[in-house]
Amino acid sequence: MIRLEKRPSPSRFWTMLTPVLAVVLTMIAGGLMFAILGKPPVEAIRTIFWDPLFGEFAYYFAPQLLVKAGPLILIAIGLSLGFRAGIWNIGAEGQYIIGALVGGGVGLAVYPSDSPFLFPLMVIAGGLGGFAWAMIPALLRTAFRTNEILVSLLLVYVAENIMASMALGLMRNPDGAGFPGSRNFKDYPAAFNDELVTGVGMHWGVLAAFIAVIFAYILLQRHMLGFQIKLTGQSPRAAVFGGVRPARLVIFCLGISGMLAGLAGLFEVTGPSGQITTDFNQGYGFTAIIVAFLGRLHPVGILLAGLLMALTYIGGDAAQLNLGLPSSAIQAFQGMLLFFLLGVDILSNFRIRFRKREVV
Amino acid sequence: MKLKTILTGAALAVGLAGAAFAGSHGKTKVGFVYVGPVGDGGWTFEHDQGRKAVEAAFGDKVETSYIENVPEGPDAERVMTQMALKGADLIFTTSFGYMDATINVAKKFPNVKFEHATGYKRADNVGTYSARFYEGRAVQGLIAGRMTKSNTIGYIASFPIPEVVRGINSAYLHAKKVNPDVDFKVVWVFTWFDPAKEADAAKVLIEQGADVILQHTDSTAPLAAAAEAGNVIGFGQASDMAEYADGPRVSSIIDNWAPYYVARTKAVMDGTWTSDDTWDGIGAGMVKIGKMTDKIPADVQAEALALEASIASGEYKPFTGPIKKQDGSDWLAEGETADDGTLAGMDFYVEGLTGDIPN
Repeated sequence: MIRLEKRPSPSRFWTMLTPVLAVVLTMIAGGLMFAILGKPPVEAIRTIFWDPLFGEFAYYFAPQLLVKAGPLILIAIGLSLGFRAGIWNIGAEGQYIIGALVGGGVGLAVYPSDSPFLFPLMVIAGGLGGFAWAMIPALLRTAFRTNEILVSLLLVYVAENIMASMALGLMRNPDGAGFPGSRNFKDYPAAFNDELVTGVGMHWGVLAAFIAVIFAYILLQRHMLGFQIKLTGQSPRAAVFGGVRPARLVIFCLGISGMLAGLAGLFEVTGPSGQITTDFNQGYGFTAIIVAFLGRLHPVGILLAGLLMALTYIGGDAAQLNLGLPSSAIQAFQGMLLFFLLGVDILSNFRIRFRKREVV
Repeated sequence: MKLKTILTGAALAVGLAGAAFAGSHGKTKVGFVYVGPVGDGGWTFEHDQGRKAVEAAFGDKVETSYIENVPEGPDAERVMTQMALKGADLIFTTSFGYMDATINVAKKFPNVKFEHATGYKRADNVGTYSARFYEGRAVQGLIAGRMTKSNTIGYIASFPIPEVVRGINSAYLHAKKVNPDVDFKVVWVFTWFDPAKEADAAKVLIEQGADVILQHTDSTAPLAAAAEAGNVIGFGQASDMAEYADGPRVSSIIDNWAPYYVARTKAVMDGTWTSDDTWDGIGAGMVKIGKMTDKIPADVQAEALALEASIASGEYKPFTGPIKKQDGSDWLAEGETADDGTLAGMDFYVEGLTGDIPN
């Protein structure tokens, strides 16, 4: 008979190994699904995981991986700090939109400009925009004890409507023949978030994501604030006795995650996306929640999880193109990844005992 | 904002172009980028019918591929690049929002031909095409004007862009012509495909007394809402949506891309492809009116068919004066017809429509 026995503390060995195990299980289950759909399973898995990195056109796809993973990592790092402290910012998507609108708006307002200070100014504005949007749920929680999950989520829909209104009105391209959407930042060099070196995919946003990973690592490992975050997550009452001021922590966690989401939005809309449209948001704010948990709320884990997520997107497109897999099969495949990861989590928290039934 | 070296840029461009060139011998490869799922029953479904027609027409000589559900933005650019790298000779990008992405990718692959639907930016290797949906809207407006009993027609509009505004104006003018008491209520949903939002909009319009629902969105949700309400009729949009023929659907406007896709693929095979701007309507068969059901009385059916025939022959243009703008100023004089330039950028309502185009 099989019995689960709770471990006194999560096993380090299994915590490291379970993500790998989850990927392997996803490959097996996904391969089965592809086989049922009548597609060659091994080739499909190879197309998704191997080709973008080592295939014929890797020189194009590997950089695209950074472009796709950059905003996911940047947002997920911010979210993970709050999640560790039990502060749930579910509305990163809204902060992403507002950051992009405020930062992009600064650039569009002074069009045409060639000032070298313009882009740094836009970055600051983007971060502040996301910060300010996150302050709404933060202050409502500290002042009126509202639930930040609901408030931040519902503010996403408000942000989406502001975005549509901006793309159709105030920020609409005056030379756009009446179509919605702002000027394209690609045609506005002083405000364009270009690749730092052509062809490597690395833009300021990706760089910011890497810096955020390092910053979060140091904060959590070496800094008093990081200790307070972890302590609050484990035992809020003990944290209060330990001198943590919960209201300040709420403002810090929501503020930093809002700021990072806002920055991600700004970098995306002035770079790879290039334009403020009625629906330029791609759901990065929501996908980042998955990335944060896939990465175990650990900065290095999030870095790897973001890259893995990006790989499934890019490889998934390739599988659609080469093998004619429907996009819903790819989404199911991505879902399996999360499912198995959470499923095998049991191995880090529990010990499996095989025992013969005792004879009475 | 960049530490770009021209050298690496040039090297990459040569690499990309070379890769594309190497793949393009033997079969002609045609790629399609779709904004929705092929099973949406509307816009994307009809584009995919066009793709299948290309396969049927050329058999072994072509190889088609598609990627569905591609968001407008950086993902679209990556997907198009992916197709070009895999050796596509011709790529159809089938949503307005792919415009800038199409132009960007086309710059990197001068030997690949691109066809962008409903846009206005062209290049040596980028052509554009669209259909004169407003011709179909004229027929639809006539039927709606004749069929309404409450004299209230609901219109689910997607985005306030010229194409949608043209459709509203055309439907309204022809409804008004046969029924001077008719009133249009327009709801803007800011999406092309969102069954939940479309259903909500339809319900709101029905509550406000509309007994005919016109839609410029792609799902069948408004028809489902009409069926639920009873005594409300609607039309198939982009696709025939014939599965609702026993219920609320009395006719439809069908986008028929197949002849165009076949012709353009043939042009690429023959080496005669050149970039141009195609805007065809009922006459060329790009817009079709779906079969009318018995819910429409015979005399109204005859009237609608006559209007369709006169548009097809070119004898009648849907925007023929006298027409005034909503603010009362003159637009077209008696007998004057609208030129394509004005139609392409239409951003005003005609006289009699209430409400504002959102801005």
